[in-house]
Amino acid sequence: MEQVLQQLVNGISLGSIYALIALGYTMVYGIINLINFAHGDIYMIGAYVGFAATTFFGLGFIPALIVSMIITAVLGVVVEKVAYKPIRKSTRIAALITAISVSLFLEYGMMYFVKAETRTFPEVLPSKNFRLGNVILNNKDVYIVIVTVVMMLILQYIIHKTKIGMAMRAASMDSEAAQLMGISVDNTISVTFALGSCLAGVAGVLVGVYYNSIDPLMGMMPGIKAFIAAVIGGIGVIPGAMFGGYLLGITETMVSAAGYSLYKDAVAFAILILMLLIKPKGLFGKNVREKV
Amino acid sequence: MKVINRKTIMLAVVILAIYAVVEMMIGQGIIDSYVELNIVLIGINIILAVGLNLVTGFTGQFSLGHAAFMAVGAYVSAIVTAKFGQPFIVAITLSALAASLAGVIIGIPTLRLKGDYLAIATLGFGEIIRIMALNIDYIGGASGFNDIPKMTNWTWVYFMVVASIVVIKNFINSRGGRACISISQDETAAEAMGVNTTKYKILAFVIGAFFAGISGALYANYFYFIKPDSFGYMKSIDILVIVVFGGMGSIAGSVVGAVVLSLISLFLQSIPELRMVIYAVILFMIMVYRPQGLLGKEDFRFKFLKKRVV
Amino acid sequence: MTILKLNNVSITFGGLKAVSNIDMTVEKGQIVGIIGPNGAGKTTLFNLLTGMYAPTSGEILLYKDNPIKLNGLKPYKITGHGIARTFQNIRLFRDMTVLDNVKIGFHSRTKCGFLSSVIRLPSYYDEEKRVREDAEELLKMLNLDNKKHEFAKNLSYGEQRRLEIARALASEPSILLLDEPAAGMNPNETIELTHLITWIRDKFNLTIILIEHDMKLVMGICNKVYVLNYGNLIAGGTPDEVQNDPQVIEAYIGSESA
Repeated sequence: MEQVLQQLVNGISLGSIYALIALGYTMVYGIINLINFAHGDIYMIGAYVGFAATTFFGLGFIPALIVSMIITAVLGVVVEKVAYKPIRKSTRIAALITAISVSLFLEYGMMYFVKAETRTFPEVLPSKNFRLGNVILNNKDVYIVIVTVVMMLILQYIIHKTKIGMAMRAASMDSEAAQLMGISVDNTISVTFALGSCLAGVAGVLVGVYYNSIDPLMGMMPGIKAFIAAVIGGIGVIPGAMFGGYLLGITETMVSAAGYSLYKDAVAFAILILMLLIKPKGLFGKNVREKV
Repeated sequence: MKVINRKTIMLAVVILAIYAVVEMMIGQGIIDSYVELNIVLIGINIILAVGLNLVTGFTGQFSLGHAAFMAVGAYVSAIVTAKFGQPFIVAITLSALAASLAGVIIGIPTLRLKGDYLAIATLGFGEIIRIMALNIDYIGGASGFNDIPKMTNWTWVYFMVVASIVVIKNFINSRGGRACISISQDETAAEAMGVNTTKYKILAFVIGAFFAGISGALYANYFYFIKPDSFGYMKSIDILVIVVFGGMGSIAGSVVGAVVLSLISLFLQSIPELRMVIYAVILFMIMVYRPQGLLGKEDFRFKFLKKRVV
Repeated sequence: MTILKLNNVSITFGGLKAVSNIDMTVEKGQIVGIIGPNGAGKTTLFNLLTGMYAPTSGEILLYKDNPIKLNGLKPYKITGHGIARTFQNIRLFRDMTVLDNVKIGFHSRTKCGFLSSVIRLPSYYDEEKRVREDAEELLKMLNLDNKKHEFAKNLSYGEQRRLEIARALASEPSILLLDEPAAGMNPNETIELTHLITWIRDKFNLTIILIEHDMKLVMGICNKVYVLNYGNLIAGGTPDEVQNDPQVIEAYIGSESA
């Protein structure tokens, strides 16, 4: 039982990371129907920014987090303006390949500057363990969950209580109609990228702090995992992405704990495929019938 | 219409002439082993791309798992040749059949999905196959499969390339091929016109897998060594890039795409640190400025041969 | 002689009955009109007949030599049994040539398999030749033969409608369903279309069911007219009977003036 609870704690931490990245996927897909393959790399760059801020500029955890959020948000908007805007009207496959090219560019561009080797993230949060019964709770676990929850609350507030949030919701339902209602769809898309990327940046810093090691290709797998999380929750559905992230994180740690760590990625993909076959619109998605 | 007309004879002569010239150049040492290696790689990529083009370009089914079928072919061929000492023709046949079977198993559930969802499901299946290979000790697991006998040569590669092009081109220009194209255009209308869309989607998928299996066998028995990570989703993406780069729905495009992209990556080898960055930029430029690919939907027409006949 | 019969057919989408308890009998060789206000369930009825949707209850029977139960069959099978259709919002294979569009129509009437296509058996050449000739013949009849190498998307609106009909005819149907064939046509084109419909009925020995808003066309050529409103069949009979039915007048005029 303790073992299960302990794994649950680990799973929630990992799930928080997936959930934060998944939000960006789901928001971007919701608004421009693009699987933004580069999103995982924004998360990687967020981790490097956090690394630079703490190692070279000696910033603390919170300031590093904020710096990383700002830089990744700007980067997200730049990527959108430079790479995705020109292809907004092209075919799905051209859009997907463009996203892949951006992803490769960020990965290997970063590798050119920071070299391929793994870096060790400094200990910005001195490790402290709490005991809850027989379950060990690290203060990093607590930080991850608190930061994630705060971020999600802020996101919910922005989406549901602000004007730009309303514009985002409108544009993801019907961007043409939104345009006719006087919403600048261009700006709305940029804001969506900014928000999504800054959440990925947060995830990057948190991972650096939690696992202590970062490298230029660290975004590939978590990027795909987060996309799976978004699909599980129903793509375009924000609470769905959070739920999917936690579900995936917890499942993975449980599978690893059961001794099948080599298969944990396969399990994630199996969940994805089952989900797509049984309920392709995700747990929280709406089924849309094609009109004949 | 006569089955064997002058056009087919001319074509066969040209095909054999190309083969003979290159074979002679290899024999004379004009083509050294480094160039031969690159020719083999290009040939393997052509087979992969032509097969994927049938699935994605002609039938409109978005697959990001094509490398998995190559993996199945590569491992089957490695087992058949290295562990059972069978001749290459047996290995290639079994590789193609095993990959086709994998195509059926993956195709039946996933091809109900459409667009991005299909892409991501095929990616998932591809990764599952890779992870399974990583965990099977019999085939070397993560450290790979060693000491595969070298059996692939110019002859095998060339005739497999020709076979893949001829089979897929002939299929495209037939009742079944038209059915596939109609699915990519409008699946509902195709179904209403009497096309069993499920059957043709799976058929296209299986034909693609069949040739990917062959390419896997050629790969395994050329490089002595294979490992699961060579067949990850990045390889699938590489193949998709060739198809889109050359032109979706153009077999000639896939051939040109495979050649041009291989040459580009060959030239970029002199600057290894920036190779992938430049590759990414080229990819991006193509998508923005020529999203229909190099050749669009233009295809082999063999007009030069027809003229002589007329 | 009855060719098609609907017994108490209904379909429900998420609790909403889009079409409810329809009984309908179609006689061979007739032209049957289906009219009704927008959203009355007319296209849904077509989708039921062609297998795009499976009815929630009831049965659809096609009388050939033996009665064939159509519900639950896949669309391509129903096409194989001889029901072909056009679409309200024109669904051609846009990036294929006019000729290839019609060739697809022959799909269910041909059988050249994978192997004979790939190794080019004589049967492949024979069938391709026959399909090509028949397709060209059809295009000639519909006055599209001078466009056969154009892409379907480059045709004019009226030509696209005719091409859809040609493509449907290629499947050698015994029943042809036309979904708003005159939509978007000018009065002259509509008159031409009216002649075309009766001509193809006679030429191909067809039964035609059509959905149409153009009352002149419907009342001019239909032997029988059914009226749908809110998914219910509210009237059925000869054009004269239907025109004087109080419920129909209510559905059309009453609801609009109210």
